[in-house]
Amino acid sequence: MKHIIKIITLLVAISAFWIGLLQASVIPSSHTWLLPIYFIVSLGCYGLLMVGVGLMRFPTCPQEALLLQQDIVEAKDFLKQKGVDVGGSD
Amino acid sequence: MEGQQKNKEKNKYSIIVPTYNERLNIALLVYLIFKHLRDVDFEIIVVDDGSPDGTQEIIKQLQQVYGEDRILLRARPRKLGLGTAYVHGLKHASGNFVVIMDADLSHHPKYLPSFIKKQLDTGASIVTGTRYVKGGGVHGWNLMRKLTSRGANVLAHTLLWPGVSDLTGSFRLYKKSVLEDVISSCVSKGYVFQMEMIVRASRKGYHIEEVPITFVDRVYGSSKLGGSEIVEYLKGLAYLLLQWSAIRNISSDK
Ligand SMILES: Nc1nc2c(ncn2[C@@H]2O[C@H](COP(=O)(O)OP(=O)(O)OP(=O)(O)O)[C@@H](O)[C@H]2O)c(=O)[nH]1
Ligand SMILES: [Mg+2]
Repeated sequence: MKHIIKIITLLVAISAFWIGLLQASVIPSSHTWLLPIYFIVSLGCYGLLMVGVGLMRFPTCPQEALLLQQDIVEAKDFLKQKGVDVGGSD
Repeated sequence: MEGQQKNKEKNKYSIIVPTYNERLNIALLVYLIFKHLRDVDFEIIVVDDGSPDGTQEIIKQLQQVYGEDRILLRARPRKLGLGTAYVHGLKHASGNFVVIMDADLSHHPKYLPSFIKKQLDTGASIVTGTRYVKGGGVHGWNLMRKLTSRGANVLAHTLLWPGVSDLTGSFRLYKKSVLEDVISSCVSKGYVFQMEMIVRASRKGYHIEEVPITFVDRVYGSSKLGGSEIVEYLKGLAYLLLQWSAIRNISSDK
């Protein structure tokens, strides 16, 4: 299925719910009119929050850089012995 | 257990490594692959795009050390891009599994056994390396790069629901037939290409598993991507959001 259709369906469902609220006027309609704005703002906040949390929890691995350096030394030693040209070109 | 052992014996892994000006990195990479894949049948297919730094000379020297049947040089005359490099390498692959990895040592061969084990344990069609789970990680990125990466992932997850935690990583193991199928329907280039591959595979219903990997930014050589990556990314995202993904018959996979 076209993926965009799923997203549109979701949006339509939310709009239908909103229109339902408008019609039923369970809560004052002046509030209901503002709901889409709240929705968009909270979507934006969700995005920023996720990015922020992701940044704070960004997994790092400094020890891996050290291990890689050891691997490079080991590899260079071996390859030099075998006559592969690994000198100089960095 | 015994069945697994047998499988392990008849499986062959073709490791496709695209290179452009990676003369030092490719030598180190080949050494590390041979170090970490001891009892596995594999071949390394290097797709070099006429690197001016003499990458191909080094590959010939490596062939002397390890054998021309283990290291295959499948060069192209000039820089034709990463996506087509995979297609080119795939044509020459003789294994029933294909591994795709970068030459710049950001993808460490020590993780290859865990890819292979994961595939054998789960029977997955694709095993993809992820940096964003426990045991994974990135080293050497500045704040901007981290911010872009997180932003890109949040956006893609909210809009595409891919079911995979690391969309832009490109260290992956595929069943050969699956890679052939997925790659033939991919149209984007560069950074977005990796994302398109995994999103399409997931839409087609292929079984995808993840293993944690760590990613250390390249030590030698220079990046070949870059430029207007963010714009390209947004275009790619819009494209993936809007296009049809036909439901194909995937029974051949089972
Ligand atoms: N054959 C071929 N290989 C390429 C081309 N462009 C990039 N590569 C190789 O593809 C791999 C990934 O490229 P990188 O430049 O490392 O891209 P990246 O990992 O997104 O960028 P970095 O963060 O700088 O490492 C490397 O092994 C490159 O040598 C190309 O046009 N042709
Ligand atoms: Mg790289």
